[in-house]
Amino acid sequence: MTARTVLTIAALTVREAARRRVLRALAVLTILLLALSAWGFSRIDAEFGSLTTGEARLVASTVLNLVMFGLSLIATLGTAFLAGPTLSGEIESGMALAVLARPVRRSAVLVGKWLGLVIFGSGFVVLAGLAQCLVVWATVGYWPPDPVAGLALLAAQTSVLLTLGLLLSTVISPMASGIVAVGLFGATWIAGVVGSVGAALDNEGVARVGTVSRMLLPTDGLWRGAMHAFQDPTLLTQAGAEVGESPFLSDAQLTVTYLAWAGLWVALVLGLAAMTFLRRDL
Amino acid sequence: MAPVTAAPTARNGGPARDAAEDLLAELPPSAAVWCSGLRKRYGRRTAVDGVSFTVGRGEVVGLLGPNGAGKTSVIKILLGLVRPDAGDVLLLGRPGRDPYARARVGYLPELFRYQPWLTPAEVLALHVRLTGAAVPAADRREALAAVGLGQRAGDRVGGFSKGMQQRLGLAVALVARPELVILDEPTSALDPLGRADVRDLLLSLKARGVAVLLNSHLIGEVERVCDRVVILDKGRVAASGTLAELLGRRELRLRLDGVGSAAEERLAAAGDLTRSGDAFTVTLRADQAAATVPDLVADLVALGVRVHAVEPGRISLEERLLDILRTGSGGDGR
Repeated sequence: MTARTVLTIAALTVREAARRRVLRALAVLTILLLALSAWGFSRIDAEFGSLTTGEARLVASTVLNLVMFGLSLIATLGTAFLAGPTLSGEIESGMALAVLARPVRRSAVLVGKWLGLVIFGSGFVVLAGLAQCLVVWATVGYWPPDPVAGLALLAAQTSVLLTLGLLLSTVISPMASGIVAVGLFGATWIAGVVGSVGAALDNEGVARVGTVSRMLLPTDGLWRGAMHAFQDPTLLTQAGAEVGESPFLSDAQLTVTYLAWAGLWVALVLGLAAMTFLRRDL
Repeated sequence: MAPVTAAPTARNGGPARDAAEDLLAELPPSAAVWCSGLRKRYGRRTAVDGVSFTVGRGEVVGLLGPNGAGKTSVIKILLGLVRPDAGDVLLLGRPGRDPYARARVGYLPELFRYQPWLTPAEVLALHVRLTGAAVPAADRREALAAVGLGQRAGDRVGGFSKGMQQRLGLAVALVARPELVILDEPTSALDPLGRADVRDLLLSLKARGVAVLLNSHLIGEVERVCDRVVILDKGRVAASGTLAELLGRRELRLRLDGVGSAAEERLAAAGDLTRSGDAFTVTLRADQAAATVPDLVADLVALGVRVHAVEPGRISLEERLLDILRTGSGGDGR
């Protein structure tokens, strides 16, 4: 019964995302970004003809990460604003009443929603990211070293944020949960940048800001892992010490421990969301 | 639990098993709804305060009471949508905490809203899947047709009026062949025609032996279809019982001409008689047999009286309800 509920609700959530205007908005934004980046990359190739191959790779790799950040931002905003209304909006409007009066467990409905959103968010990130990699390959001939891991980490980053959005939507109003989730995402990213500045300046206290924020909300840590997978491995040796300061280059691969923590984080937050949802009077 | 020593015979359908089956078969079928001592507080306000009642299998029970009496809260507690602070619920014999208890329950919420990005046919398919029942597509189309949405099965719910969404809600409540249907204000958004449709639906449910718990402000509706009524006030059961028990006395209003003294005597024999012109009102006693009214009409016709109208007193439940709510003198008819 539980598996059937999870799959039914997941399919319903994917269908909702596909039929709502948010999908069209996402598609338009993504195509705009892809077209803009295609034009930008073709200009890099044309204008900087005098660059050495290594320099061209450095530029292409950094700009690719920049554009990927744009993509992950679109995905994050999109799913956070989908995850928020999907639960609290349904409770407010009364749509949840008829569904939850069926022989279903609330936790199964919640996990179904989560699964549907993960499929949708990850699907979007992987498709758009892959398209972006192809654009870069076609314009400047650069192919990232580990696109599969990079795209998977971007999908994981989106999943982390939508899990947080889902937890927030069980306790606060739809719009507020979207705003808070995106706000926290931005704050963690800035804390990550602050941390990397601290690391570059050998200031342990400032560096710890980044580390702690990456533990509290794993979006920035996963994003840095994704960047590492997209950038040219020879960059670090070429660029030297100033790499640590750039928010669009990452100096280390993710550890298995961190990935495990991110997985555990998602499970914990989803469990917490299920607990608050179970106790809620509708 | 004590170990079963008679296992060898029991396993093969022996006497022990037969005895258990006999015992089960002899048990009366569990009620459609049984709840006891339900209590719910929201902050300082007590919404439901010790509510207990039963809805038998195939019985149509009306839940009446003023705004804020706790009717919707009670319904939500029954369906597990609201957690009671105290009390127990059994739906079709299963504890209300168990989601399976709702497997054969249909529900139309007071706040009805369905996925605007789906079509009515898809909404029904979703609910059938969540219920785990096997309802063929033809039956689902029939459920939509029964609420007057047969022509709109392929349109998006987002473009529906309130009344059409409520009709869809009725189809959702009825689609998975429920044994118990809980309707919370099922006609709040419907026009008079829609209300008549709902009344017909309720009567057909009653004819099929489906138990119904109906919360409605329209007392006429309740009086026409319900076997029993539970009246809630300030979160408590103010009165409950069959209509006859609650109303006690029934009125019969007649419009007659050609009433002679013999006919008048016959009318007075049926109950207390008051007359104003050609309008006669007979107050029937509660213990009257079911044939009292037809017998009376037949006798009057035989006595040469011309019968223009015979009308049972319909507003009496409303009067009784107001009386109970104003004075608090309900009495329990159970």
